[in-house]
Amino acid sequence: MLKKALYGLLLAGLLAAPWLGVYPLFLMKVLCYVLFAAAFNLLIGYTGLLSFGHAAFLGLSGYTTGYVMQTLGLPPEVGLLAGVGASLVLGLVMGILAIRRQGIYFAMITLALAQLLYFVFLQAPFTNGEDGLQGIPRGKLLGLLDLSHDLTLYYVMVAVVVLAFLLIVRIVHSPFGQILAAIKENEPRAISLGYDTDRFKLLVFILSAGLAGLAGSLKALVLGFETLGDAYWTTSGLVILMTLVGGMGTLLGPLVGAFLVIALEDRLGDIGQGLASLTGISWFAGLGESVTIVVGLIFIVCVLVFRRGIVGEIVARFKPLRT
Amino acid sequence: MDIFGIPLPALLSQLLLGLVNGSFYAILSLGLAVIFGLLNVVNFAHGATFMLGAMVTWMGFAYFGIGYWPMLILSPLVVGLFGIVLERCLLRWIYKIDQLYGLLLTFGLTLVIEGLFRSIYGSSGQAYDVPELLSGATNLGFMYLPNYRAWVVVASLTVCFSTWFVIEKTKLGAYLRAGTENPKLVEAFGINVPLMVMLTYAFGLALAAFAGVLAAPVIQISPLMGQPMIITVFAVVVIGGMGSIMGSILTGLMLGVVEGLTRVFYPEASATVVFVIMVLVLLVKPAGLFGKEK
Repeated sequence: MLKKALYGLLLAGLLAAPWLGVYPLFLMKVLCYVLFAAAFNLLIGYTGLLSFGHAAFLGLSGYTTGYVMQTLGLPPEVGLLAGVGASLVLGLVMGILAIRRQGIYFAMITLALAQLLYFVFLQAPFTNGEDGLQGIPRGKLLGLLDLSHDLTLYYVMVAVVVLAFLLIVRIVHSPFGQILAAIKENEPRAISLGYDTDRFKLLVFILSAGLAGLAGSLKALVLGFETLGDAYWTTSGLVILMTLVGGMGTLLGPLVGAFLVIALEDRLGDIGQGLASLTGISWFAGLGESVTIVVGLIFIVCVLVFRRGIVGEIVARFKPLRT
Repeated sequence: MDIFGIPLPALLSQLLLGLVNGSFYAILSLGLAVIFGLLNVVNFAHGATFMLGAMVTWMGFAYFGIGYWPMLILSPLVVGLFGIVLERCLLRWIYKIDQLYGLLLTFGLTLVIEGLFRSIYGSSGQAYDVPELLSGATNLGFMYLPNYRAWVVVASLTVCFSTWFVIEKTKLGAYLRAGTENPKLVEAFGINVPLMVMLTYAFGLALAAFAGVLAAPVIQISPLMGQPMIITVFAVVVIGGMGSIMGSILTGLMLGVVEGLTRVFYPEASATVVFVIMVLVLLVKPAGLFGKEK
């Protein structure tokens, strides 16, 4: 009951937000990363697989959508489908290779494969190298909805992201999701129960890739550009941080984490200025340029003392009351 | 004389360049393997440590006028001490939990270290001169051998094989290997395992810093120079497996050479060839060339 009320409140908040003075563009960017982190959480939080290469999906689908819409001049629904499709195929290929090794090697393989793809993007003609794709048109959805209006695009995005989120909830609570949980807790045991764990791992990897791809496609659509930064490993690190801060293995964790990290990136300059005038240390004024230092520090603190994340902590606090 | 249409001296010089890079891969993957063996932590910060080694060398000259040769010892020492601080303050809290957190913690460390240096020195590279003793080249008749590059290969190989010897053939190495297998039991025999763990981490970092010093005169010293390095070394580790010291060394060297040759025959692929080989190895021998299937 409480949960349903919370979700309802969240949805109402999302629908009302543009009217309360929050920039739709900022919200849409947050929504993209929420979806990205939620897709990533499907692996780390619910299957126990650490992918260090999720930037590859964000980048590939962004470039695909951009190319399909800009160069081929096709409508946004085709662009989104093409982006997601490309990510699904990449997920299949990366998944097949990465699940051949366990644990920490899985992370290293995904990282290396994503780096391989990054170099391909760097040299391939359709990505425009260092310049990236600029001025991707938003077009008309199904020939009806003109997405060049920020508000229209915003509500379309809310619909898409909510649907994707519901899909993730469905996956987690399905029998398939329970087998994933078994793999996370004790893979040899799951194998001895007769589950072909490799098949489940591959399937969830592909699903996660497709959803991350959807996030990448939407992002290209919203911002109208796509650059190499999306495919670089720092982006993979960022999505790990979002999930870690929010709470791995919780449904709302990635949502909270993505919002906080994007807001932090956006506001760090101001925070730095504030700290500089407060403490008189002028170094803080340049904090906006040093996002990586702050991100790194949050990583360290989270791993050392805050592994459950914000939502995870809250859930753990309230658990004893429920039973 | 041409081989496949490539003049021999050009081929040999790329081969040497490949060996130089391979030496760095070897030292770094060796350090990763030693640290992983005893600490169960995949040290993402190894690339940043490599950068620190080169950066400290450059700073030693820029601020204190200390030349290359003293820094060859001093820089690994400084970085090793830094490693002791890191191990005492951060790493020792996470030995008992999932290995993934070790990777994440050291990833955070990497961001902090690189970010700090970038906020001070920017992302552009600093130049460092080849020490006078090793400048110039030797005429071998069929090619000119740049003295410094030859020194890098010789010095790296010496360090790698000494490390191999210490770990595989001495009493100290026996403790280390025993600690890797069963730390509780080794502790019961009266060996100070936490101390050993601390020194191992420091040693691993010092190795990376040593590679950094060697690299200082041949590559641009910049705060981000460790980034491509660590990912390539991860691929090397996936290819070779972290179970064997000699495996790490050989895989590192071999991949450096392959990379060098690719630069001659198909330059477009030189950045990706290591990853492509990783893919092939995963398909053919998933456990890695020297790894054992678990």
